[in-house]
Amino acid sequence: MNELIALLGTERVLTAPEDLIPYSFDGTAALKQRPRCVVFAKTAEEVAAVLKFASGQGVPVVTRGSGTGLSGGSLPVAGGIVLCLAKMDQVLKLDEKNLTVLVETGVITQKIAELADTVGLLYPPDPGSMKISTIGGNVAENSGGLRGLKYGVTRDYVMGLEVVLADGRILWLGSQCVKDVAGYSIKDVFIGSEGTLGVITKVLLKLVPKPRTKKTLLATFSRMDAAAETVSAIIADKIIPCTLEFLDKITIKCVEDFAHIGLPLDAEALLLMETDGHPAVVEEEARRMEAIARQHGADSVTVAQTAEEATRLATARRSAFSALARVAPTTILEDATVPRSELAKMIRFTQEVAVRHQLRIATFGHMGDGNLHPTFLTDERNAPEMARVEHAMQEIFDYAVKLGGTITGEHGVGLAKKKFLPGAIGEASIGLMRQLKKSLDPQGLLNPGKIFDP
Amino acid sequence: MDYSVLQQCMHCGLCLPTCPTYDETKLERNSPRGRISLMRAIADGEMELTKAFGEEMYYCLGCLACTTACPAGVNYAELFEVARADIETKGVLSAHKRDLVRWLTVKFLLTRPRLLRGVGRLLYFYQAIGLQSLVRKLRLPALLPRSLRELEPLTPTVKRHFSDALIREVETPTPSRYRVGLLTGCIQDLAYSDLNRDTADVLLAHDCEVFTPRLQSCCGSLHAHNGEVELAREMARRNILAVEKSAGSLEKLDAIISNAGGCGSHLKNYAHLLHDDPVFAARAVLWSQKLKDIHEWLAQIGIRRPAAAACAARVTYHESCHLCHGQKITRQPRELLRAIPGLELVELAESNWCCGSAGIYNITQPEMSKKLLDRKLGHIQKTGASVVASANPGCSLQLQTGLREAHRSVRVAHPISLLAEAFRQAKRAE
Repeated sequence: MNELIALLGTERVLTAPEDLIPYSFDGTAALKQRPRCVVFAKTAEEVAAVLKFASGQGVPVVTRGSGTGLSGGSLPVAGGIVLCLAKMDQVLKLDEKNLTVLVETGVITQKIAELADTVGLLYPPDPGSMKISTIGGNVAENSGGLRGLKYGVTRDYVMGLEVVLADGRILWLGSQCVKDVAGYSIKDVFIGSEGTLGVITKVLLKLVPKPRTKKTLLATFSRMDAAAETVSAIIADKIIPCTLEFLDKITIKCVEDFAHIGLPLDAEALLLMETDGHPAVVEEEARRMEAIARQHGADSVTVAQTAEEATRLATARRSAFSALARVAPTTILEDATVPRSELAKMIRFTQEVAVRHQLRIATFGHMGDGNLHPTFLTDERNAPEMARVEHAMQEIFDYAVKLGGTITGEHGVGLAKKKFLPGAIGEASIGLMRQLKKSLDPQGLLNPGKIFDP
Repeated sequence: MDYSVLQQCMHCGLCLPTCPTYDETKLERNSPRGRISLMRAIADGEMELTKAFGEEMYYCLGCLACTTACPAGVNYAELFEVARADIETKGVLSAHKRDLVRWLTVKFLLTRPRLLRGVGRLLYFYQAIGLQSLVRKLRLPALLPRSLRELEPLTPTVKRHFSDALIREVETPTPSRYRVGLLTGCIQDLAYSDLNRDTADVLLAHDCEVFTPRLQSCCGSLHAHNGEVELAREMARRNILAVEKSAGSLEKLDAIISNAGGCGSHLKNYAHLLHDDPVFAARAVLWSQKLKDIHEWLAQIGIRRPAAAACAARVTYHESCHLCHGQKITRQPRELLRAIPGLELVELAESNWCCGSAGIYNITQPEMSKKLLDRKLGHIQKTGASVVASANPGCSLQLQTGLREAHRSVRVAHPISLLAEAFRQAKRAE
């Protein structure tokens, strides 16, 4: 410990129980582990020094940003160091000529979005925790958001990374060039690696021009299939909306109880649709989306005429998680994802599972990209119910995989989904991942036990 | 500690960016979810209630910004009060000086309305005959021990007349459409009794008959927020009795009005505070139903616009934490300000970020309090406003102290005072 203190100073090495307990968890329900210490690095060199020290001592290191992850990716390891990068929070360069921004890893995602906005640009990935999540955490988990269908996910905006390897080497991966095929695209290996291969210390991000306008629509359906068919028809009509969000019946009821916005409680499904871009195009696409929703049996379609009305309509989706989180002591937010064509099947299956296991599962999510959020409203102190939650989860993930989908669309594997991974991608893929990890982190000290067992 | 309230926290972290102490240190223990995790560790028997925990809970401002940000609706206000009460019961922070100061202020002065006003009277003469400015000019406070020296500039300027002298117990307008009780506060009664008169005037101008109980007690918020729950309950009972005595009964009133954000937030909580009191529980429920912040009440019955262009000032609005986060009242004060003809309202950046007053926080944690005050003053300067409107006596004192020390001639005024002035001017113009 003295060596770490000599390296970083007493202020940046925490060891008291009152300091460690608040770092014993991330945003994932029911996971807790106290670390041996928490250290704060401010430069890549300090990160390298901490990693060299850890290698020398054989102590595991878990990198952490703001601790908002939903799969236990940044949960501490027993006896290990938590390397917190929240204080590496400088924006280094906003380059309006090349449409890029270079930031330190601990910069808050929202700050990047706001900065881009001030110069008429857009940083599209908007994960639900962006007000406090760090960009480093977003890259490590390859976070998504509401705009995935049209704009993609974090990976699509990472042009370069500074990475510190387990042995303390500091590398720059990628470049400012839109086209760059010089060697393996190793930066892509680090995106979504959940802190198991190295520590990301800087990120070079791509920005895009901000769309000039946006139009918001809200449609309600008395049949789930009608909502799913509407989504398919919109996409078949060559429209790529920037938002295509869905709420199921339980979610609608919880949102209405919470926000009182006048949603029909007998509706089976609700779709929030948005299109953005050139005003003329947006106008036309909104008209076509409205017509398609009506053709496919929407009970009501509301098109926002003003910005205030758009905000009001979007409230239904925006308050979904808050509304659900109030209903039960423990809220487990999952992210099973399927090809768009299988959405209706997946949603119906989830509802059946809930009935069969006597659970409350509300589903909402990103209908446009097939990324659903089946949300378990439960109580972690109720052991028999938690056992049923486990069974239900297994069935939901198995079914998603059977439909050609995946166990996680945007939250990562971490600890929470580790046991579902073999079923989803097979032992051969996991074997290759182990091989890769071994070559970069031979001692197995970087976030060990996450994604797969060593 | 109510475990189900603790468990409601899903540690998502959305409270972090709204917490002034986390923003300052970037340490989890200084954040709401960090503090809740410590409370939970104590409840689970993983940790003792330690001195460090006690210090942490007194480092928390209790601004409740986290409750606005929280998606899961965690009742942090309750956790905060219960934690501080447990800390006092356990005595982990006990020290002679702290105990003496707490006894003198929270337990002694603030539970004795007559004595408090007596001290206020002495302070008034000390200030009125120029002794205070003489003492300040001669730099005599420099001779005081550091802790007292830092307190001296915070001494409120006491008004010549207190509320009982300015407002009759019953004032009746014609026509009279509503009957309301008016709460005049404790420190507010000494430092801002004119605001209480303004509040009565504005209520009369809205056809409200006003009942103002004599010699009112502190609402008890300072007691509840500083771990003295029993005293807080005693204060609550006294206030209920006082209003009942003045108005005949609570049933006869359409509303009970508070004009102080911090007090109002606590006053609305009497139902919970007295829920197991055999005599007062039902009356406290009625009390909480009728308790309205003045802006809330006026917006509910319809704000009247003064006739003439009365105020040509550029005004910015600082939100009291317990008005915006505690009571979720944000729209109504702005509506009220916009109703004043000629007044230009400019938005203040971070208007709902704590100014560092936070009850007696500026006394207990002067360093952090100063940082927040400087941040607030910086934003106020950027608006170019000549008036900053604030609806809580603690905030107003804090802002006035800061502006005076920075030699800035910005006026601090309650929105209701600005409205009352506008009504008076309009009347003169008639």
